[in-house]
Amino acid sequence: MALLQIAEPGESTPPHQHRLAVGIDLGTTNSLVATVRSGLAVVLSDDLGRPLLPSVVRYLPAGQVEVGYDAQARQAEDPRNTIVSVKRFMGRGLRDIVNHEGLPYHFDDRPGMLRLHTVAGIRSPVEVSADILRVLRQRAETSLGGALAAAVITVPAYFDDAQRQATKDAARLAGLPLIRLLNEPTAAAIAYGLDNAAEGIYAVYDLGGGTFDISILRLTRGVFEVLATGGDSALGGDDFDHRIFCWILETAALRPLAVEDARMLLTLAREAKEYLTQHGMAPINARLNSGEVVDLTLSTETFAEITRTLLAKTMQPVKKALRDAALSIGDVKGVVMVGGATRMPQVQRAVGDFFRQEPLNNLDPDKVVAIGAAMQANLLAGNGRSGDDWLLLDVIPLSLGIETMGGLVEKIIPRNSTIPTARAQDFTTFRDGQTALSVHVVQGERELVSDCRSLARFELHGIPPLVAGAARIRVSFQVDADGLLAVSAREQTAGAEASIVVKPSYGLTDDEIALMLKDSLLHVREDAAARALKESQVDAQRLLEAVRTALASDGDLLSVDERARVEADLLRLDDAAGGDNRRQIMLAMDDLEADTRDFAARRMDKSIRQAFAGRKISEIEGVAQPARSEEAP
Amino acid sequence: MPRERVLGCLPARLTRTPMDFAADHFSLFGLPAAFRLDPLLLDQRYIELQTQVHPDRFASAGEGARRLSQQWATRVNEAYQTLRKPLPRARYLLELARHDVGSENNSAMPTDFLVEQMEWREAVAEARAAGDHHELERLHHRLQRELAARQEEIAALLDEQRDLEQAADRVRRLMFQEKLLSEIDDAIAAGEE
Repeated sequence: MALLQIAEPGESTPPHQHRLAVGIDLGTTNSLVATVRSGLAVVLSDDLGRPLLPSVVRYLPAGQVEVGYDAQARQAEDPRNTIVSVKRFMGRGLRDIVNHEGLPYHFDDRPGMLRLHTVAGIRSPVEVSADILRVLRQRAETSLGGALAAAVITVPAYFDDAQRQATKDAARLAGLPLIRLLNEPTAAAIAYGLDNAAEGIYAVYDLGGGTFDISILRLTRGVFEVLATGGDSALGGDDFDHRIFCWILETAALRPLAVEDARMLLTLAREAKEYLTQHGMAPINARLNSGEVVDLTLSTETFAEITRTLLAKTMQPVKKALRDAALSIGDVKGVVMVGGATRMPQVQRAVGDFFRQEPLNNLDPDKVVAIGAAMQANLLAGNGRSGDDWLLLDVIPLSLGIETMGGLVEKIIPRNSTIPTARAQDFTTFRDGQTALSVHVVQGERELVSDCRSLARFELHGIPPLVAGAARIRVSFQVDADGLLAVSAREQTAGAEASIVVKPSYGLTDDEIALMLKDSLLHVREDAAARALKESQVDAQRLLEAVRTALASDGDLLSVDERARVEADLLRLDDAAGGDNRRQIMLAMDDLEADTRDFAARRMDKSIRQAFAGRKISEIEGVAQPARSEEAP
Repeated sequence: MPRERVLGCLPARLTRTPMDFAADHFSLFGLPAAFRLDPLLLDQRYIELQTQVHPDRFASAGEGARRLSQQWATRVNEAYQTLRKPLPRARYLLELARHDVGSENNSAMPTDFLVEQMEWREAVAEARAAGDHHELERLHHRLQRELAARQEEIAALLDEQRDLEQAADRVRRLMFQEKLLSEIDDAIAAGEE
């Protein structure tokens, strides 16, 4: 693949210390970690030079954990304790998982998110994902020679709030300094766009192991703007394997299978799928534990035939995303193919036929997401050179709303809104004298609450007793740059003090996460206190660096007294960060934060003023700009 | 000069007054408060502002700066979404002029307009029932032409004649028509799937 050059050779190093930043693609089938080294984005390999880490985790009786190729090799032998494609379970309950009866796991259905019984105890999908992330963190730390300062983890663009929050918690469990969740197709667009200096409307067709995303972006100089996104967070290469698996069962007329045989045939199905990307026929041979023999040949034509409905399923979100972006096929300049599953010839053909152009395949579809994430991590960590940065404007994939009378959804933030975004809506009481209001937050496009995903339920108490319809309760939604929601409700009548702020929970509470964090640290024999100290030191360094940079560029915004106070805080924090008293570090950080709050506001003002300063209207009008369709009728 | 409203007269240095977070959307983008606007200029100012305030610029900053950046970026997005499309822009201008659009009061609509709307709806329902994709497309284009004319009408009423009463009436009609257009689009979409 092409090397991605983002700093010119011979350029002087940035004035500040280079922070160790990584981008992680936490995939359904494989995971990767990448970084930007000397201006080049590179995927970090393991000791044996293998860039991919199979997203497979095996739990052993004595509490050991195998992750990656070793675990993958044992999956047929120990299917119950070897968790594959755990990404499909993130933030999901058992009833969300199609075909879960066919999976070899011992599930435990819990509200919000399922759990898995393993020989090492009950595990949540968040913990399993954290075990994968931990291996990638160690790989990066060994390879880069130090503690990480910043990590960006990618998620499918179509992931909802619960799935995003679960991923964020997995990062926390794995001890990763997560600074942003980035949508996978957006990451790919960054890698592709910067590498090819691409401009115009691009579609990213991302068919991974277990998820499908389509994003429509407008690329202009230094701006990546997502116009619309769509997808299916339960559709991917795994489903193509499953179709082959079903075809084997049917064609070979097999009796019901033992879990080991099922796992082995699924592996053979996956191998046949991969073989067919290069060959016209794939042999499938196996001797089952039951004594039955499988001896079949799968042709590309048959494979295309049995997976036709899956491909058709990806085209619906593509059409919807184009409609949402108010664009037609002819507007799309290029289609970037992402995800290992796009290697299948029938996928290439279907996408090419739909967009009436050859898809773009000049980046490795397995690596492009991790590469883009590494570039974004490098930028967010402040390692980029000024003038060489870019602006990323992403959207939320699904509408957010609340339940109103009759089980209907009132949408508050529509899908494809650019984030961060906020919206408030006023509601009222239904009964005379009603003093409490129940708020049910949902995500999805359907009109009935029962067809949408429930994100949170909370109650607002202390509403003054008034006649029905007299109270005014303002419900506010705020979605941050990670695509995560916070909801607040406040009674507006003068004098009343009823308000509440909640973050949706998907089945793991903060306390549970804290407990898991403790357990996991015990398990890997890391000292919890030492780990917390290390994290505080990293945070302190980040803050020190940020304030020093701010002082260097905008120190004149402070009075002499203010500056003296900030300088004193800096010295104290620097001192504390060098020691091992975590409390002192936290206190010094709080002081510095407090004494720079106004400073931050003034700098923001200055930036905004500068955005318009020193410019003539005539200059602007002379600049040719690609047209943006103004209206989306 | 609109730009002066954004920049204010205070020097940036040592000012204790933050940028007016509550400034109106037009001032925020340094544009005159009018229905007719240059969409390219709006886009450009939007990008310039987001470049300054977006949370990605503050990902490694302190908590205070991160929070402030989120508030500003949210504010800039809201302003952009309001000004970008004609209907919300027109409604916003009326709101700035403290003129009630009265959107919840349907009875204010003249009968002939409502009858016309009924006819439109019948035509859409018929085409949908018959699965007549071409007819739906035809209706879509016809309605789009009407929308363009309606927007011209609103522009003249708001920017030249300053007739807020009439403008509000046309905005209410535009709301009906846009809703109808989205229904036609839904029908077309349903036919494609």
